[in-house]
Amino acid sequence: MSTEHTATGLIGAPIRRVEDPVLVTGKGCYVDDIHLPGMLHLAVLLSPHPHAKIVSIDTSAARAIPGVRSVLTGADISERVNIPAPMVVPGMKIPPHPPLARGAVHAAGTPVAAVVAQSRALAQDAANAIEVEYESLPAVTDAEKALEPGAPLARTELDNNVCFLSTKTNGDVEKAFAQADHICRMHIASPRLVAMAIEPRGAVAKPEPAGDLTMWLSTQAPHRARADLATALGFPEHRIRVIAPDVGGGFGSKGPLYREYVLAAYLALKLGRPVKWIATRSEDFVGVIQGRDQAMTSELALKKDGTMLGLKARVVANLGAYLYANTTTPTQRMMGMAPGCYQIQNVHVEVAAVFTNTVPTGPYRGAGRPEAVLNIERLVDKAARELGIDPLEIRRKNFIRPEQFPYRTGVNVEYDSGDYEKSLSEALRLSDYQELIRYRDEARERGELVGVGVSTFVEPSGGAGFESGTVRVERSGEFTILTGSSSHGQGHETVYAQVAAEKLRVSMDQVAIRHGDTLAIQQGVGTFASRSAVTGGGAMVIAIDRVVEKARRIAGHLLEAAAEDIVQADGGFAVAGVPGKAVTWRQLAAAAYGGRLPRGMEPGLQETAFFDPKRDAWAFGSHVALVRIDRETGRLAIEKLVLVDDCGVILNPLIVEGQIHGGLAQALGEILGEHMIFGDEGEVLTGSLMNYAVPRASDMPPLIVGETVTPNPFNPLGVKGVGEAATNGAPAVVANAVMDALAPLGIDHIDMPYTAPKLWAAIREAEAKRKG
Amino acid sequence: MSGKMERVTVPINVTVNGVKHEAEVEPRLLLVYFLREHLGLTGTHVGCDTSQCGACTIHMNGRAVKSCTVLAVQADGVKITTIEGLAPEGTLHPVQEGFREKHGLQCGYCTPGMIMTAVHLLETNSSPTEEEIRHALEGNLCRCTGYIHIVEAIQWAAQRMRSSHVSS
Amino acid sequence: MFPASFGYFAARSLEEALELLTEYGEDAKLLAGGHSLIPAMKLRLATPRYLIDLGRVPGLSGVRIDGEALAIGALTAHADVASSAIIRQRLPGLADAASVIGDVQVRNRGTIGGSVAHADPAADLPVILTALGASFVLASPSGKRTVAAEDFFIDFYTTALAPNEVLTGIRVPLPPSGAGAAYAKLPHPASGYVVVSAGALIIRQPSGQCASARVALGGMAGRPLRAGATETALQGKALTPQVIAAAAAKAAEGSDPIEDAYASAEYKRQVAAVYARRAIESAAKRAGQKI
Ligand SMILES: Cc1cc2nc3c(=O)[nH]c(=O)nc-3n(C[C@H](O)[C@H](O)[C@H](O)COP(=O)(O)OP(=O)(O)OC[C@H]3O[C@@H](n4cnc5c(N)ncnc54)[C@H](O)[C@@H]3O)c2cc1C
Ligand code: FES
Ligand code: FES
Repeated sequence: MSTEHTATGLIGAPIRRVEDPVLVTGKGCYVDDIHLPGMLHLAVLLSPHPHAKIVSIDTSAARAIPGVRSVLTGADISERVNIPAPMVVPGMKIPPHPPLARGAVHAAGTPVAAVVAQSRALAQDAANAIEVEYESLPAVTDAEKALEPGAPLARTELDNNVCFLSTKTNGDVEKAFAQADHICRMHIASPRLVAMAIEPRGAVAKPEPAGDLTMWLSTQAPHRARADLATALGFPEHRIRVIAPDVGGGFGSKGPLYREYVLAAYLALKLGRPVKWIATRSEDFVGVIQGRDQAMTSELALKKDGTMLGLKARVVANLGAYLYANTTTPTQRMMGMAPGCYQIQNVHVEVAAVFTNTVPTGPYRGAGRPEAVLNIERLVDKAARELGIDPLEIRRKNFIRPEQFPYRTGVNVEYDSGDYEKSLSEALRLSDYQELIRYRDEARERGELVGVGVSTFVEPSGGAGFESGTVRVERSGEFTILTGSSSHGQGHETVYAQVAAEKLRVSMDQVAIRHGDTLAIQQGVGTFASRSAVTGGGAMVIAIDRVVEKARRIAGHLLEAAAEDIVQADGGFAVAGVPGKAVTWRQLAAAAYGGRLPRGMEPGLQETAFFDPKRDAWAFGSHVALVRIDRETGRLAIEKLVLVDDCGVILNPLIVEGQIHGGLAQALGEILGEHMIFGDEGEVLTGSLMNYAVPRASDMPPLIVGETVTPNPFNPLGVKGVGEAATNGAPAVVANAVMDALAPLGIDHIDMPYTAPKLWAAIREAEAKRKG
Repeated sequence: MSGKMERVTVPINVTVNGVKHEAEVEPRLLLVYFLREHLGLTGTHVGCDTSQCGACTIHMNGRAVKSCTVLAVQADGVKITTIEGLAPEGTLHPVQEGFREKHGLQCGYCTPGMIMTAVHLLETNSSPTEEEIRHALEGNLCRCTGYIHIVEAIQWAAQRMRSSHVSS
Repeated sequence: MFPASFGYFAARSLEEALELLTEYGEDAKLLAGGHSLIPAMKLRLATPRYLIDLGRVPGLSGVRIDGEALAIGALTAHADVASSAIIRQRLPGLADAASVIGDVQVRNRGTIGGSVAHADPAADLPVILTALGASFVLASPSGKRTVAAEDFFIDFYTTALAPNEVLTGIRVPLPPSGAGAAYAKLPHPASGYVVVSAGALIIRQPSGQCASARVALGGMAGRPLRAGATETALQGKALTPQVIAAAAAKAAEGSDPIEDAYASAEYKRQVAAVYARRAIESAAKRAGQKI
């Protein structure tokens, strides 16, 4: 494994992005920018009802509109066509998920009919002209309520609402609890969130003359989309080409193969014309998989001195009404992180994954991690308060220590490396922690609601199997690098080129990074779970190493020297210690493609590597927050936020910083106001930007970002993921600070988001209780 | 266009990025779709349907507006600048440069709108405070960057524009 | 995102607009800045058959002093109200309100007349204009009439405008010296519209007593609500922080605010008092009171 860096200094430099000149001039090409001759437009009619039988659908008025080419309902599509969802947990129930409802809708936003017309406006006119008669069925939207006896069935074809139960047990949990001096109990619900990538979903499907299908999708995972599309349609995978052009954000939500993508493909093949579908924001609000919505009930067993003995957690995860391929991911992530950064070996975690009449959930930036961090970090803080121990002390006492790595946790996963104490100390230093405490205590004296919070956390990155990389030396001696990990804002074209150029000892402009096209790129997985640098970067480096090795042998042949004497030099290779004896990549390519090769060597200079780190890279961090709550209005102000993250080796600090800022903004959304709310009848109450509050520029708090660097020993670059760091850690730290601020009032729990009316109501109630 | 006849299409004259266009449009056509679909200027994006996200921001007679909330017919006789027309081909406006310099974009989808709003701001206020910049961005959502680098990009551009103003 | 089809007329004069309005009656809608109407049309919540665009009618925008009043053309954009030198100097409270509407882009297109005519209970300008005692000039084929804010705003999206009338201008009485006005708003975190807001006009005697107070609240009902109890409690009193706070605490008396998924009625009553206090304090300061 090559970890030594050559001298060009690209890795770790704050290089400006190569993607940007195109994007800042409006020359990017997103799915909606694709215009093909003869293209038709798809509009999809969605159910406004959370749960209903479809009594009848009258499409006659829609068909009568001039310019309408096709109108489809569920009855027109074979029952075999379904969105694929794998059996991730043995025995899980997988009810059908058709692209158009067949007989009933189980969530608001379920597609009911599809229209293809000459223009988007006409397609919309026609969709609006379709008359659907629904017969309401009882709906359940809250997952915990869905588990109660007698709860309405979210999926009427099943006999209860449980999709699956899974548990993990380690050690002797009962004994640990029996020996405990104290048991800290907590129930916490994470709000349901909307990913809200600014580019809505979109697809263009084009039937090719030879019977193939080309699709442009706003997706994070083109190869997966292709495989899923093949399964859904029963269409041969090798005849499908999926292209992810510029993608305007994803955050997990553009992982699945959406129903409308299948419809676009189906209709394009049926009509023999290209078909485009672009979601509106309203459609995205009820169509895109949503995040969080896990309710956690936990118990932490402790000794008087704060030593943690055991943990029990029961998680009720709301899956929504339908399964996508990755719907279950957050539940698995949550379980795998339950003990956080603490030595707790006696652990019992169980997850109940539940169907409800809501929009399907799935991975959204963090994908189970923010829930897990929130759970353990709130629990630890609450335990400290109950035992009268300092929140720093209880953490330090129980941290996994640096010398214990690799460390197998109580949920049977192995953490690669870490130094939590160092991270915490750095966060305390940067925040001037003692000063914050003094400030808080003084404010408290004056009756003000000020709080300080700390959270220390781990977060797995990588995951989801392999990724691939191909390095091709062109005849010119320039490099084309193909990665299976396709970018949608993470700057792959820059970061991968930085790494490649440094490893190849060439300049960045001699390297072109290509991604997002299943025809051009070897099998790949995609970009999510903070995996690109770890897994995709790893694959590329292995491919580079192989190319360099082969080139070294060719160089030896050309320079008539032993391969061991050949060393990499700027722009190519040289014979060690013999000035002037060198070859360039161009000369090597000429030899490789022109037959001037060592005896028995295959021609060509291209290598492909598949890399599966087989284990997650465990990034970690420590956050500190200072908050103030206005008693009169309940308004929460974050006065200071310190984030110290450790993502191993930093490839480009500018990009890492950008990931942290962006992740923080999404955490802030969860903290301050984002919340997808369903009414009593299951109706969507926050289905638009008019009532779903996404942070704006003025919502960002004063921020200090710090770092520690603990290289990951298990991947070629020593990196860990960073894309989710702030999203995972920040909700917990603010929650701890808010509860610290409210502690004098006797308040020990409020679920996020901390909207002003909610905090005000809690304060008022607490004050009334104290008086009364 | 005036007259008492209901018409299927209405003629308009619009100058976009310095080029005059005559077109017949349906009254219901939104300006953003006129720019994107009739003129092929796809740098102006659509990110919402409630006029909140600002991805569609352009300049109409020098003012930043959301082109998803203007009918193409309302733009009759108007001068429009889009992201494509901010700087001559092959060059960057200082704000565009600032976004690159300070990593003010990730996926780039909100970026054209952000830049158009920022340019409007700097044209009316050449040295905005950080708070003024954040306030000016109230109508532009970005889900990727957390805004911090965007604010820095605008500060960078303001500085650059002031110094080039002094030197010229 | 795609409005239903409609017929479009660009009126070239007020007369032409009125003629068209008379001809198409209830089937037609006037179009000003379009920043309430077009969003509703995009979602097909509004599907007018005809639009009569006022955008090219001359003489309907601008700000000038007309005797004892400020005359503001109906088509004046929010941004121009916010930045008008006359308004900033004589009625900064109105500029405050105009400058917290939506965002820059919205303020560049939306008009004062459109906001008044639309009468959204979560809008800003109706509130401050009620506090300032503004009146509205309505033109119809039979002539002009002027209606006071109090009589103009009737309920949710309902005003005294007759189907054949065009709002041409807004008249705001210029406050005497020793007066101050201000506006304070709690915006909805998502939409930016009013959750609760307060506009206040305080006329102060040189002695520091309150000669008269007008306080209007937004977000509390289907139309701007006068905070009568607060006004009475200020009348004739020294404008001390204690007096202001005590008066403001009565702001929501007798109101029955509309709830939504964000704010309860109780919460709105609470913040109405807070924002009334903030508006009154700033207004009193502008009137010369040291607080
Ligand atoms: C994203 C966004 C955020 C916003 N935030 C706020 C906010 O925070 N606070 C706020 O107060 N407003 C807000 N608005 C609304 C904005 O202020 C609108 O501009 C205003 O409400 C309507 O003015 P307009 O000129 O755009 O009217 P239009 O949309 O053109 O018309 C609105 C209605 O008034 C009628 N009308 C218009 N002009 C006249 C006239 N002269 N005579 C008779 N009838 C007329 C029309 O027929 C129509 O029914 C927001 C709008 C958007 C899009
Ligand atoms: S598209 Fe979102 S504001 Fe115009
Ligand atoms: S850069 Fe992606 S939304 Fe702003």
